[in-house]
Amino acid sequence: MSLFTEFPEMSRTDLRDFKKGIDGAFKDFNQAYGEGIENFFKPLLYFLKWFEDLLVATPWPIMLAIIALLVWLGSRSWPLVVGTVISMLLIGYLGMWEDTMFTLALTIVATLVCIIIGIPVGILMAKSNRVQAIVTPILDIMQTIPAFVYLIPIVIMLGIGLVPGLIAVIIYAAPPVVRLTNLGIRLVDVDILEASDAFGASSGQKLMTVQIPLALPNIFAGVNQTIMMALAMVVVASLLGVHGLGQEVLKAVNNQYITLGFMNGLAIVAIAIVFDRTSQKFGKRLQKHSEVLHG
Amino acid sequence: MASHGIEIKDLFKIFGPRGHTFIDAVKGGMSKAELNEKHGHVLGLKDINISMPAGQIQVVMGLSGSGKSTLIRHINRLIDPTAGSVTYEGADVCQMSKSELQAFRRHKTAMVFQKFALLPHRTVIGNTIYGLEIQGVNKADAKKRALKWIDRVGLSGFEDHYPNQLSGGMQQRVGLARALTNDADILLMDEAFSALDPLIRTDMQSVLLDIQQELRKTIVFITHDLDEALRLGDRIAILRDGEVIQQGTGQEIVLNPADAYIADFIKEVNRGRVISVETIMNRTPLDGAVKITLKASDMLETAAQAMAQGHETSANVCDDSHKLVGSIHLKDTINAMVMAAKH
Repeated sequence: MSLFTEFPEMSRTDLRDFKKGIDGAFKDFNQAYGEGIENFFKPLLYFLKWFEDLLVATPWPIMLAIIALLVWLGSRSWPLVVGTVISMLLIGYLGMWEDTMFTLALTIVATLVCIIIGIPVGILMAKSNRVQAIVTPILDIMQTIPAFVYLIPIVIMLGIGLVPGLIAVIIYAAPPVVRLTNLGIRLVDVDILEASDAFGASSGQKLMTVQIPLALPNIFAGVNQTIMMALAMVVVASLLGVHGLGQEVLKAVNNQYITLGFMNGLAIVAIAIVFDRTSQKFGKRLQKHSEVLHG
Repeated sequence: MASHGIEIKDLFKIFGPRGHTFIDAVKGGMSKAELNEKHGHVLGLKDINISMPAGQIQVVMGLSGSGKSTLIRHINRLIDPTAGSVTYEGADVCQMSKSELQAFRRHKTAMVFQKFALLPHRTVIGNTIYGLEIQGVNKADAKKRALKWIDRVGLSGFEDHYPNQLSGGMQQRVGLARALTNDADILLMDEAFSALDPLIRTDMQSVLLDIQQELRKTIVFITHDLDEALRLGDRIAILRDGEVIQQGTGQEIVLNPADAYIADFIKEVNRGRVISVETIMNRTPLDGAVKITLKASDMLETAAQAMAQGHETSANVCDDSHKLVGSIHLKDTINAMVMAAKH
């Protein structure tokens, strides 16, 4: 009868040995390869450091002008440019300029890495059902597993610092661009693909002339989501010692500084809105051909 | 002018995961229904033998589900056959390697689609150069060649428009320009004008006939519309349930329908208005004093009227540029207009 009242659990000692075994194996693995893995990520570290230094070292008026110009090039919207400049001035006035530059650098580099890895993976998924079957559950894990859980092995392997923070952000932020690249390519009209085939296009030509251009709106929506998720992760990344707005938020949480918390939190929101509106308007402009419909 | 015809021999297509395992049974007489019910495979094409003439328009006609779109896709092997061969210039398209097939598609064929299948993110000029771009022709040269055909199909001034800024008729002109710019011998047209409304369809047929007059390409034209088939086809093959039930010239089919099914089709047409002088004319003009000169695109009704009113029994036929291209007799005209009473 005890079978109905008590779950037939693994015995305590077995369970302990089981956990110990895996933890031990991971630690051994880390001791053997940890340094190699760290060296592997060195170039990424140098690049991120260089980019951070660049943003921080650039005099703020020049930086502000560059940001305004990029927003204009992306959106072609004066209200957005004015809104961006006002928010950035306010951020600077409230003493958050340098932290904002750190956060900006991390977000941009994380997004770039997500795009560089994510788009090719998305393309492979679209081309092969088997790849899709393998990658989809991995993406599910990346998106739903609590970030703190994968922080543990990352910290064991790489310690605390910029690179672990960056990796944590990438794990969380990469899935949308992969998923939407896959979806976008799979949604391309089969009639147009057939036409491309009929003209003798190779699979590379088909990809470049039909599939990617027609999937671009979806790919772009994926990039947009990736940026948003990367920004959402900067506070968690600050747990790993990444400086920037997230660290100030963390400080505010630990010390119950309401104003400090909201100031830095709202600065993240402001950056997010600028990124979102600019990239959405840019995505829409890419779709110029679908605007005018003939009746 | 294209100098080679397309030979389709013993072509079978069975749709389904194990199509080839049923080929012998189908050759041995298994019916389409039996194949479908017992084995879950669909017989798409059965024993197709068509000799498509070089430099002429071969129409393949049939209702939906007859296999006509499947057939045209075998010519550039967008669909792989289960058995049989499609020969062009001595090479069997069905046996080509991947790279040979790619070269064949790039240089020998061009295709126009029922639903246009234009690239929505490219302008008219961007669409028109597509074939040449795939061939690797440099941009400037491709543009020059494309502009010529954009002009020829009447789209000058629309080069920088996107497809969905254009009407259906104009979109299909882009489709036609894209195919013609490829400068291929074979032009495959899959229900190319079926999605257009009747007036524009007639207009596009004229554009095609006009261009064909000059280019003499080997054109394979798929349609479900008998009027269109009769107007365009130098030769017509009629398909039903994946089988060719009759082939010949438009006149042969209208005058001697092979079975009740085709006779039923033919019954609906006002033959005097459907059959053009060109369909039944002799390709040699008459010498001497011929009082009446008709146009090749005139219908038999018009021709009969003209000859009857002029008290003549024959007339010469000229093309749109007033060049004599053939002749016609009153007797043949009336014969063709009156329904043969065989069926």
